[in-house]
Amino acid sequence: MNKQLFFLRMLLSSLLRRRSRLLVALLAVGLGATLLSGLVTLYKDVPRQLGREFRSYGANLVITSDSTHPLTVALAEQAAALVPQDKLIGHSSCRYENIRINELPFMASGCELEQLRKTAPYWQVDGQWPQAGEVLLGQQVAASLGAFAGDVLELALTARGAQEPRTFKVAGLLKTGSAEEKFVYLPLSELLSLTSDERVDITEFSIQAGEQELGTLAQTMRESTGQHVRLVRRVTHSEVTVLSKLKALVYIVTVVVLVLTMVCVATTMVAVVAERRREIGLRKALGASDRGIFAEFMGESVLLGLGGGVLGAVLGYLFADAVSEQVFGRPVQVNVWLSLVTVLLSIVVTALSCVVPVKSASRVDPAQVLRGE
Amino acid sequence: MAVVLKLEHISKIYGDLKALDDINLEVQEGEWLSIMGPSGSGKSTMMNIIGCMDTPSMGKVLLEGQDLSALTGAELTSIRRDKIGLIFQQFHLVNYLTALENVMLAQYYHSLPDEQEALEALKQVGLEKRASHLPSQLSGGEQQRVCIARALINYPRVILADEPTGNLDENNEKLVIELFKRMHEEGRTVIVVTHDPEVAEHSQRTVIIDHGRLSKTVHNT
Ligand SMILES: Nc1ncnc2c1ncn2[C@@H]1O[C@H](COP(=O)(O)OP(=O)(O)O)[C@@H](O)[C@H]1O
Ligand SMILES: [Mg+2]
Repeated sequence: MNKQLFFLRMLLSSLLRRRSRLLVALLAVGLGATLLSGLVTLYKDVPRQLGREFRSYGANLVITSDSTHPLTVALAEQAAALVPQDKLIGHSSCRYENIRINELPFMASGCELEQLRKTAPYWQVDGQWPQAGEVLLGQQVAASLGAFAGDVLELALTARGAQEPRTFKVAGLLKTGSAEEKFVYLPLSELLSLTSDERVDITEFSIQAGEQELGTLAQTMRESTGQHVRLVRRVTHSEVTVLSKLKALVYIVTVVVLVLTMVCVATTMVAVVAERRREIGLRKALGASDRGIFAEFMGESVLLGLGGGVLGAVLGYLFADAVSEQVFGRPVQVNVWLSLVTVLLSIVVTALSCVVPVKSASRVDPAQVLRGE
Repeated sequence: MAVVLKLEHISKIYGDLKALDDINLEVQEGEWLSIMGPSGSGKSTMMNIIGCMDTPSMGKVLLEGQDLSALTGAELTSIRRDKIGLIFQQFHLVNYLTALENVMLAQYYHSLPDEQEALEALKQVGLEKRASHLPSQLSGGEQQRVCIARALINYPRVILADEPTGNLDENNEKLVIELFKRMHEEGRTVIVVTHDPEVAEHSQRTVIIDHGRLSKTVHNT
């Protein structure tokens, strides 16, 4: 049998026949590797996921109307056709009008409600979203009217004092905790039938694209429709801030986990070495050199790092996937490179944290530990 | 007959304590020597120095004419590996290696592991059926026999045994004495530290050590 083979047989025997020890050390390494690979997976995946969430949380491009550039439904559709289909999460046109309900003045918003629902998932509706002949009342409106879902209201445009009021049924009440609660919502087509024209005040687009791409799109829309097209920078900007803060957080946690893992592995190794002083002494008595002892223990730590790394790569993926499913409702993508890096890093970290305890192990004096009492 | 080992004015001093005090001793090739003496008299200290695990404070150790006191730690390690076979009171096996692997361990550090030869060595001590057992699955006597097989495997010039029967019952002690007899008959040089007069009386010569000094030499017939 050659020397390398026996070396390997020794290492494997040591790891497999001292299973409880192995388990503790493996757990230390594996846990660190799990946290690391899990965090990094999330770190890489979260911006992608969050980007989608942010985009679906509101408009990032708007077309507004004024007296010299009146916006119509047709123009809004023309603009929407300029956005690549796979990037357009939704768009919604709105028309605002002063109205009276039961002789009290309110502001009505006629919107494409189906689209609005997509771009405003945080709206809470008590009851139903309105269909034809129905309205959605902001919480504050409902309070001042004393109205509930299911009630029937008389609604007329303020601008046309003479117009005969029409009856609408209250489909539901809207809670957002902000200004939206002061509005009365009804389908755009209903409001336009009251005003008898095709004008809208604003069209909001929710588009999945970077700032630069959005700018180009806005320019194209401007040229094609002759309208005022703006980017809503506030959203894009805060998105970047949140993401960079998140990244910084993951960095810090990663470093902390790395340090903790090294401390954990090093202490485990110190304990392992202390426990095996006699064995080390015996090996030296049998003729092992300091270098040989060092190689044997480092060999064990490399195997340990390999095992812990593989364990960590698998568990880390499962961990990240579970978190992603919980938070975003989507699985993460498997990253082969990351798995490889996890295993390699785990080997390096384990080996590094073993250097000091193993160095001291190789200095054990055989005469001292083998002394017969 | 050639002198294998020679101690010249060996002293070992720990602080105020002279563990060994001006020891002079010659051991012939093929000789079976016993060292006896009360606890704490310096027997193990002397064995460690002969076994290249320790160095004397003063004096010279000559192993096959080579002066050990001039050597570095690494050089002592290589002499120990090549020329010395060690047997301890507390068996000292690697607990996660089988009997066979423990014997092969000595081959591994010496030259090349050879499973067949290691198995043969276990057979010599009557343990060929126990080759794949872990130390925890062996009795004390069996463990000590594995240690003996391991000490013999590389054909060392000198076999050192520090109270090899100290932890054994009478039956196992007899087995071990038999093995020592056989080593001696095969012409090996054997130095045994023992408390047990029965072990000592099988040897050719017994030296008595007291407070670090050789006090008496007995030649057995
Ligand atoms: N490393 C050491 N440091 C200090 N004193 C020691 C050391 N090793 C041995 N001694 C002392 O040297 C004396 C001889 O010890 P030892 O050789 O083990 O005796 P024996 O083996 O004959 O029982 C004892 O008094 C012991 O306490
Ligand atoms: Mg002793």
